[in-house]
Amino acid sequence: MNKIYSRPKSLKKAVFHYCPGCGHSIIHRLICEVIDELNIQDKTIGVPPPGCAVFAYYYFDVDMAESAHGRGAAVATGIKRAFPESIVFTYQGDGDLAAIGTAETIHAANRKENITSIFINNAVYGMTGGQMAPTTLSGQKTTTTPYGRSDNLEGYPLKMSDLVALVKGSVYVERCAVNSPANIRKAKKAIHKAFQNQIDGLGFSLVEILSPCPTNWKMTPLEAWHWIDNVMSKEFPLGVLKDATGAKDAD
Amino acid sequence: MAKVLMTGNAAIGEAAIRAGCRCYFGYPITPQNELTEYMATNLSRRKGCSFIQAESEVAAINMVYGASLVGARAMTSSSSPGISLKQEGISYLAACELPAVIVNMSRGGPGLGSIVAAQSDYFQATRGGGHGDYRTIVLGPSSVQELADLTHEAFELSDKYKIPVIILGDGVLGQMMEPVEFKYEAPEKLPIRSDSLRGAKDRPSRYIKTFTSNPAELEELNWSLFRRYELIKKEETAFETFLAEDAELIVVAFGIAARIAKGAIRSVRASGLKVGLLRPITLWPYPSEAVKDLAKKIKNYLVFEMNMGQMLEDVQLALEGQGDISFYGRPGGVIPTPSEVSRVISRFYYQKGLK
Repeated sequence: MNKIYSRPKSLKKAVFHYCPGCGHSIIHRLICEVIDELNIQDKTIGVPPPGCAVFAYYYFDVDMAESAHGRGAAVATGIKRAFPESIVFTYQGDGDLAAIGTAETIHAANRKENITSIFINNAVYGMTGGQMAPTTLSGQKTTTTPYGRSDNLEGYPLKMSDLVALVKGSVYVERCAVNSPANIRKAKKAIHKAFQNQIDGLGFSLVEILSPCPTNWKMTPLEAWHWIDNVMSKEFPLGVLKDATGAKDAD
Repeated sequence: MAKVLMTGNAAIGEAAIRAGCRCYFGYPITPQNELTEYMATNLSRRKGCSFIQAESEVAAINMVYGASLVGARAMTSSSSPGISLKQEGISYLAACELPAVIVNMSRGGPGLGSIVAAQSDYFQATRGGGHGDYRTIVLGPSSVQELADLTHEAFELSDKYKIPVIILGDGVLGQMMEPVEFKYEAPEKLPIRSDSLRGAKDRPSRYIKTFTSNPAELEELNWSLFRRYELIKKEETAFETFLAEDAELIVVAFGIAARIAKGAIRSVRASGLKVGLLRPITLWPYPSEAVKDLAKKIKNYLVFEMNMGQMLEDVQLALEGQGDISFYGRPGGVIPTPSEVSRVISRFYYQKGLK
């Protein structure tokens, strides 16, 4: 009998603490599969965020180090500059990368830092209990927008990936989702490319992943998957936002 | 090597390179820009080294944190308002037991303040500065030569005790030029700390973190930090005394204020006043034992600072109610002259009835 599916080598044998239906565990696994495929487990250094994924170092079997909220791109910059042979990735949520870490992210991209950022967009601050994120949709109710996010009071959903794509130093930006087997496969391909770009020394790659948060969205896991298709991806369309890698399918 | 004439800021840069500093990350702010510029010129193109003018002081200190994670000697520098911004990163460095050297060429505050030298960041430097229960080693040089020497020492202490080290200078020290001799040559091979994160090659993966949902675990971390702080207090406290042997009055001052006080003491000595100086070189750990020892035979103390009385509290704590302490302070970036300070010393001396 052929074994066609097993735990990636770089994913520790630990039980995820994530809520049922959460996207983090899927994305963790995809990153680990890519690390295995590229055979970079022994030189990868991960920078997990504060937030729901703060315990990522209990799951990824690679060297990892805690970062302050929003500072992932700066920490990764320091790591990569001091140790260029390493493969460095940040794993950041929307509050982290698109609010408090906006400056660090934009400027790391602009300096063409040769690092990979995985950007989890679930439209809320998850761990703190479902407050408004920069990516919260217009009208969306959260614990700090109890009347729904108002464009005039709270502003619009911020399209951070589009901003990063505009920055000349970024080389590859794609928005994916993990709400269906097809989308999960596409997300893995994007993550693979974002790591490959770093191995090839091309510069800053960002993969945004629309990720379900049934707990804070107050939905069932299935409703959350559908909400990504029917609502969230209308505001945050999936696809390649920038590809300056020079690859055949690049823009 | 022969002495060279340099600004304090440039001397720190040269001394850091000779100490094997691999990474410098900074952000422009007066009066420390010559250091950032020195590193841009002299470090940025060195083999294996990296210089970044960061987008903010917050980013710069977090880059230092990243470089320290992978075992590089790394430094940043700034001046007072910028050092406030760096406190987040300094707290993380302290918590994760990571070495780093942070230079504060302090200036007048609070707020945007002025660009002129002041000593009003003493509390911030010696009490941790950021959130949480921690200390950093704080060095208080008072000449360009000492800036160079203590920069080397800062990297050594930082690695030895896995603790961030602050060099607390000021705008005068940073900008004035003095002859300086560098006692070390740059290493052939840049040092890499052996316990750093370099990838899980031939060993299990590791992580560096402080966050825990178990308060007992965090309490243990705090205890372990403070055990090390006790060791640092015991081993690394440094100070200088000047004409203290027969003194009736001891001036306690640090950094550039101590330099001014020395001039003032020389001048009052010429008039026959028995005045000496105690100059702490490590501001944390504070040389409390040295103060206590002096108090066995000397009753009168004049604390002189370019602030409203911050180190004063350390002298009071050390004396534990013994002795007679007076204070003279000039805040806001006003730099007193030796003759002004000598008048102050004379006034206190006669008011106390000393002969």
